[in-house]
Amino acid sequence: MTVHNFYMFDRYGQLLFYAEWNRLRQSGITREEEAKLMYGMLFSIKSFVSRISPLDSSPGLREGFHCYRTSKYALHYLETPTGLKLVLNTDTAAVNVHELLQQIYSQVYVEYVVKNPLCNLSEPIKSDLFEAQLDLCVKQSHVFTSKPT
Amino acid sequence: MSRQGARLDAKRVNSELFTLTYGTLVAQLLKDYENVDEVNKQLERMGYNIGIRLIEDYLARTGSGRCYDFKDTAEKIQAGFRIFLGVSPQITNWGAGGDEFSLVFESNPLTEFVELPDHCLNLKYCNILAGVLRGACEMVQMEVTSWFVQDQLKGDNVTELRVKFIKRLEDAIPAGED
Repeated sequence: MTVHNFYMFDRYGQLLFYAEWNRLRQSGITREEEAKLMYGMLFSIKSFVSRISPLDSSPGLREGFHCYRTSKYALHYLETPTGLKLVLNTDTAAVNVHELLQQIYSQVYVEYVVKNPLCNLSEPIKSDLFEAQLDLCVKQSHVFTSKPT
Repeated sequence: MSRQGARLDAKRVNSELFTLTYGTLVAQLLKDYENVDEVNKQLERMGYNIGIRLIEDYLARTGSGRCYDFKDTAEKIQAGFRIFLGVSPQITNWGAGGDEFSLVFESNPLTEFVELPDHCLNLKYCNILAGVLRGACEMVQMEVTSWFVQDQLKGDNVTELRVKFIKRLEDAIPAGED
């Protein structure tokens, strides 16, 4: 199993942070372009999912769009009630990635960005501490470490 | 960097230290502004800035989703007071439209050891709380306003914070309902 890369957007669709671990192929467009493309896609999927849903979507922790999977990789998505969006690309066999996303939010973002008064919440994150802790959190997770079967 | 292990359980802080620190802040503001109304405004503003960050901490701890209705909001706010201040205000006096309620505090950790001098009768000593609520709710797409209708510092039996729902906020790119 492996984790490929990570995107974090604020409530207005601005890319707050990007990190990659095992990315074998670049998209061939600039990071900004890629982020816009990614956000637009997430936004469309979200509204598509809620419109097309045959069931009443009752508000809850796990509402709406969750993840998608291709033959090569899976994209996992978490949105907080404050509109923060976290995206993690992994291999297709990864399990419980949602817990990892939740962990990144509550133990890395909240601890090292929200509780750091010098971090402006509406600007891309420039904190080295955040970067180091995110790296640690991802590398320690079983999603990253368990060997491909 | 050695904050790893015990970092996430709610750190117990001696409430007296908090109370006195807050007292110092209010005293300093009174000295700086010399005008009670201005101090009320500044406390609310500081509270707002605290609230927009505090909400993330609250969500990370409780894992709660969006609110169904304003009753749900009231309960979540009550839970917030339990987590951050260790007090459980009662939710009472719902307005007819269901968009207003009161939080009644028997005791208030902010106001221990506090007496208001005569020239501060208009001081809303706990106005920071009104700001915190406004900031936190704004981050989850709700505009609320709150004000004190009763205050133990002014001789009332309880402290009562009235909270009123104004409207649902929509982002330019709506993160909530479109």
